[in-house]
Amino acid sequence: MEADLLALTEWWSPLLILAMGVATYATRAGGLVLIKRMRLSPFVETWLGQIPGAVFIALVAPMVLRAGPPGWIAAALTLAAARLWGNFLAAMAVGTVAIALLRALWPAA
Amino acid sequence: MREPIVFTRAGLLRGFLAALPLSVSCVAFALVYGLIAGQNGVSVIETGLLSLIVFAGASQFLAVELWDQPLPVATLVGAVLVLNLRHLLMAPTLRRWLTAIPAGRAYASVAVMTDETWGLSLADLEKGGRDAAFLAGAGLCLYVFWFAGSILGRLFGGLVPDPERFGLDFLGTAFFIALLSGFWKGRGDILPWLAAGGTALAAQALIPGTWYIVIGALSGSLLGAWLKGRRHGG
Repeated sequence: MEADLLALTEWWSPLLILAMGVATYATRAGGLVLIKRMRLSPFVETWLGQIPGAVFIALVAPMVLRAGPPGWIAAALTLAAARLWGNFLAAMAVGTVAIALLRALWPAA
Repeated sequence: MREPIVFTRAGLLRGFLAALPLSVSCVAFALVYGLIAGQNGVSVIETGLLSLIVFAGASQFLAVELWDQPLPVATLVGAVLVLNLRHLLMAPTLRRWLTAIPAGRAYASVAVMTDETWGLSLADLEKGGRDAAFLAGAGLCLYVFWFAGSILGRLFGGLVPDPERFGLDFLGTAFFIALLSGFWKGRGDILPWLAAGGTALAAQALIPGTWYIVIGALSGSLLGAWLKGRRHGG
């Protein structure tokens, strides 16, 4: 149970969150500034579109690798479910149930 | 002449109501986010502050996934910034609304803009919607539900006894895989994604900390942009 609702990882972690908020807001408001000031070069526009997929791959590849064989299978099933149904939550449910079952069948991992 | 663009309380309410159907999945995600935050040692107040101040789903999942001791400050801020660069492309598509209202209202409206409410607003604008408050109304709706769900997930998540047995530790991975599938645009993504994954794995093995995400993301996205430019540029 949580003993202290007001606990912090570091005393300055709210400042870190504020910095993350400023970074996020800069991207939201940045588009407004761009409307008025300049045009993005086609390369930059293409590049921005490529970023999210690349971020998620870079994040997920080590997570999947670390999860071992049950994780690899569960990851593939999650991806298949997401492609098939186009529904996030359903895909996540498939992945979670799959890894729980696979771990039960594969106790060494 | 087109009807003038307005910013009214009725528009705010209409946006709020239009986003209500999204609140269900919003709360569901927020619960998962709160749960993962708890698993990674993010405190209740930090979990809530992230939802109130950052208010960006994917970024917050990323942040709580990277949350560690000592806190990787540069990586957290850098990753959130890079991940949200896509927002730069969203406001310009709503320019007909955003340039017609006072600047203060426009800058306040985009503070609560998300992928989902941007999509709703763009649809409304293209159907002939003339009330720019729609964007802020839809955003506020999800803001409230996102925050409430985050806190509930964080408080409730700690009560699940053995999260690994139920596969709950895999939720974060599953979330990013499901999210990833939506960004798949076709075979042209194979090479950039292999590059992103390969450099991320290599960087993780060679460089301490979480730089592998930035390195993988930059190499993959730059390669993707270059390949695409070559294909279209002729």
